[in-house]
Amino acid sequence: MKKLSVAITTSALVGALVFGISAGSASVAQAANSLPTLTPGVLTIGTDDPAYTPWFDNNNPSDGKGFESAIAYAVAKQLGYPASKVKWVKAAFNTVIQPGKKAFDFDINEVSITPERAKAVDFSTGYYDVAQALITTSKSKIAKAKTIADLSNAKLGASVGSTSYTTITDVIKPKNKPAVFDTNDLATAALKNGQIDGLVLDLPTAFYVAGAELSNGVIIGQFAPKAGSDQFGLVLTKGSPLTKSVSAAVDALRANGTLKAIAAKWLATVGGAPVLK
Amino acid sequence: MSYQPSPLRLQREAARRRASHRSTLIAIISTVVIGTALTIIVTGAPGFKLVKQSFFSPHYMKSAFPHVLSGLWLNLRVLLVAGTFVLILGLLIALARTSHSPVLYPLRLIATIYTDIFRGLPLLLVLLLVGFGLPGLGISWIPKSAVVLGTISLILTYSAYVAEVIRAGIEAVNPAQRMAGRALGLTQSQTQRFVVLPQALRKVTPPLLNDMVSLQKDSGLISVLGAIDAIRSAQIETALSFNFTPYVVAGALFVALTIPLTRFTDWLTRKQDRARVQQGQW
Repeated sequence: MKKLSVAITTSALVGALVFGISAGSASVAQAANSLPTLTPGVLTIGTDDPAYTPWFDNNNPSDGKGFESAIAYAVAKQLGYPASKVKWVKAAFNTVIQPGKKAFDFDINEVSITPERAKAVDFSTGYYDVAQALITTSKSKIAKAKTIADLSNAKLGASVGSTSYTTITDVIKPKNKPAVFDTNDLATAALKNGQIDGLVLDLPTAFYVAGAELSNGVIIGQFAPKAGSDQFGLVLTKGSPLTKSVSAAVDALRANGTLKAIAAKWLATVGGAPVLK
Repeated sequence: MSYQPSPLRLQREAARRRASHRSTLIAIISTVVIGTALTIIVTGAPGFKLVKQSFFSPHYMKSAFPHVLSGLWLNLRVLLVAGTFVLILGLLIALARTSHSPVLYPLRLIATIYTDIFRGLPLLLVLLLVGFGLPGLGISWIPKSAVVLGTISLILTYSAYVAEVIRAGIEAVNPAQRMAGRALGLTQSQTQRFVVLPQALRKVTPPLLNDMVSLQKDSGLISVLGAIDAIRSAQIETALSFNFTPYVVAGALFVALTIPLTRFTDWLTRKQDRARVQQGQW
C-alpha cells in the first residue's frame, strides 16, 4: 500500500509539473489539464474490441455515437478535454482487471460496480442503472413464460463476466446449469440454434439483440433490481488520482440531466418489458 | 574362500564415493544460490505485492476451489470419453492409411484427406464449426448439448494426430517381421494383429500418452460452446471478483492431474529403453 501511495504522489507531482509547463505555453488549458492523465493533456479512454451496439456504434468508439461513446465524450468534456483530446485504446476484459497500472485513464465497457470488484480497481459513481432481461425466440419452449417459476426447466445462457450470469444463478435458479459464452455473439448463435432456451442480457442489449439480430426474437421480461443496485461504472486503476475528478464529472452530468438525455437518445425505452416475478 | 576386493578396487570405490558426495554438495549449493536469487528478484519487484494479491490470494483460493473442482470433473469425463474414442478412431485411420490392398484405395484416400484436414485446422475453428454449425443445420437428431458437440470436435482433431503417431509406429516395425509372420502361415490380418500392432503400439506409447496429456488440457476449450469446465469456472469467479487467483487454482489442479500421467510416461520410456538395451537392439 505504501508503495502505491508513493506512486500516486509521484504521478500527482509529475502531473502538477506538466501543468506548470503547459499553462506557461498555452493558457487555453482549463483546470482540467492539471489532471495527471497517462499522456499529459490527453484523456485516454479504454473499451473492448468489438464494442457492441447500442453502447457503441459500428464498433467505432471514437464517433461519439452509441450510449457509452456519448457518455465518454460528455465526461471528457466535463473534465475539460474536448473531443480532439480524447484518445481511445482497446482494452480487453483481462487487461481492465489486471493488477498494476492500466493503459487507460478510465475504461467504459458496461462494467457493473460491486464491492468485491472495488477491492481490485477503482470505480467512478454509476452512470447507468441497469436491469437484466431474458430474451428468447418465438420457437422456444419458454416463449410464453410469464413468471420466474415458468423458467425452472429452461436451459439458459449468459456471457461470461456479466451480471446476467449471476441473475441466472441467484434470481432465476433454473434446474439446468447455465451455459456460459465468451461473447454475446456466441450466446446469440446458440439461442438461434436452439442450443439454449433463453438468453439473459442487460436490458438495452436485450432490446437490440431481440429486435435487430434475431428475426423472431421475444423479450420475455426483465428482472427488477432494487433501484441503483446494479450500476455501470467507469473503471480506473486502483488508487488512481483521477477517480475523484471522474466521479465528480459523472455526478455533475447526472445532476444536470445529461446522463438521462444520452440514455433517452441511444437506448431503447426501458419501460417496455414486463417485470418477471 | 570368500571374495576379497583388492586394495586397488577399494581405493577406486572410495574415490568414486568422494566424487559423488562432492557433486551432491555442489548441486545443493547451486540450487540454494539460484533459488535465493530468484526469490529476491521476484519478491523484490515493485509490483510483487499487487501480483501476489491478485494471483495468490488465499481468500479467493478457498472461495473458488469448489467451483473450479466441479468444473474439473467435466474435464475429466470429457477426457475419458474423448480419449477412448480418439484411440479407437486413430487406430482405424492408421490401419486404413497403412493398408496396401488396391481395393482399399478409396479408404486410404479418405484417411489421408481426413488427417491432412483435421491436423491442420485449429481446434478452436473445429469447435465453432461443429458446436454452432452442426446444430444450425436444424436436423433434429443432431445433438445440441455443448459437451457432446465439444467432445466430438476433440475426437475429430485428436484422432488425426493419434492416427499419425500410430502410423509412424506401424511403419517403424521392420518389414521382415511381416514376412516372417506370413511365412509362418498367418494371414495378412493375423500378421497385422499378432505381429505388427503389438510392436507398433509399444513403440509409440510415450508419444500417445503425450497426446492424452495434451487432450486433457485442450478439453477446456469446449467452454467456448457454453459448457462450464474448470477454466470457465475460474473465469466466472475471476469476473465476479476481478482477482486472477481462480485461474491459478485451475492451473494447479491441471498440473496435479498431469504429473501422474507424465511420470508414468517417463517410467514407461525408461523401462522400454532398458529392455531394448538388454535385447541388444541398439
